[in-house]
Amino acid sequence: MQTLETILAQHPFFKGLDARYMSLITGCASNVRYKADEYFFHEGEAAERFYMLREGRVALETHGPQHREIVIETIEAGEALGWSWLFPPYRWHFSARALQDVRAIALDGVCLRTKGAQDHDLGYELAMRVARILMERLQSTRLQLLDLYEAEGRRVIYE
Amino acid sequence: MSETLGNPMLPALYRVLRVHREIPDTFTLELEPGDGAVIPSFSCGQFNMLYVYGVGEIPISISGNPAQPIPLVHTTRAVGVVSQAMRELKPGNVIGVRGPFGSSWPVELANGKDVVIVAGGIGLAPLRSVMYQIMAQRERYGRVALLYGTRTPSDILYRRELENWRSHFDLEVFVTVDRATGSWRGSVGVVTRLIPHAPFDPLNAIAFVCGPEIMMRFTAAELQKRGVAPERLYVSMERNMKCAVGLCGHCQFGPYFVCRDGPVFRYKDVQNWLLKGEM
Repeated sequence: MQTLETILAQHPFFKGLDARYMSLITGCASNVRYKADEYFFHEGEAAERFYMLREGRVALETHGPQHREIVIETIEAGEALGWSWLFPPYRWHFSARALQDVRAIALDGVCLRTKGAQDHDLGYELAMRVARILMERLQSTRLQLLDLYEAEGRRVIYE
Repeated sequence: MSETLGNPMLPALYRVLRVHREIPDTFTLELEPGDGAVIPSFSCGQFNMLYVYGVGEIPISISGNPAQPIPLVHTTRAVGVVSQAMRELKPGNVIGVRGPFGSSWPVELANGKDVVIVAGGIGLAPLRSVMYQIMAQRERYGRVALLYGTRTPSDILYRRELENWRSHFDLEVFVTVDRATGSWRGSVGVVTRLIPHAPFDPLNAIAFVCGPEIMMRFTAAELQKRGVAPERLYVSMERNMKCAVGLCGHCQFGPYFVCRDGPVFRYKDVQNWLLKGEM
């Protein structure tokens, strides 16, 4: 049976992280499961956890008029969910809902911040890995904003 | 096509068999040769010039099965005068066809390799022929992954075929949309987000990419980040193709004419031109 530390070390977010940091981080970790349609968190709530998805898909949502849910993007198995635990005011900007049954590892945000503050090398590693996700999601969002498929018909734009 | 082979500027007469609405602004046209015409053959990724008499002529990729050239199948969006007139055609109407023209997806180079097909929006149409060819000779290839991105769930092209392909145990099909409401249970995000999840060996994979040019650039970057060399990455370009035989110059793209040297290019050969905004 795999230990929590082994599972965490295999998650892409922690790929290549020094083993001594893995045991420190595992001290902040717990296994969690969510059923389809169950919410991880809601917009505006305190952001206390950082999730490493192992199985399933999660929708990041906001709501429009008349409570119509709009999916901003989905987070898939092997990806990390949520970064609001790292930055004040530590509140979620969006809601997160499981679209399927989800297995994940939850990391306590206060615990991670405390350990990062005590060991700046660990803090740097965590911040750089979160920054990489931020950069990738920002690039994706920019592409989404371009609305490429509406703006550009195939071939026939030259009619 | 006999007439076209003799004189590439002369359209052959084809009869409309069916006009099928795929999604709100996109339709598929099924054609058969007029009396006496030779059965056409084509390679995956090639295009024809379709001529609506009295209206105009446009280039459209062939999206049918190369092993079954009749009916001749094209899928396109009704966004201009010609394509809108084409959408209104009825079975039995006559249309002019020149072609097939251009380069093709080098499916033969994928023998023994993993195949990654990345399509955006109606860019799936020129790649459907590749899917037919691969599925007909599945044993020739390693892992096959089709990654498809489109605007919304209601813009998913060839939905039934995607569902059918997804049901195969030896094929991975990933679909994502740029925007969705709460009822959609699939992925939301740009198609490049799918690339890290697709199962393929980047050192032994060949990639075929078709979609809006910006999407192809970002897809190529993501595939290269995963380890796919630009020599094994192919894209399908589009420009203002008029004569289709490299004479008129309307579709010039750097040192190339897209109609004659493309539309399918090795990414390594065009990547520098793709990064120039004035092209």
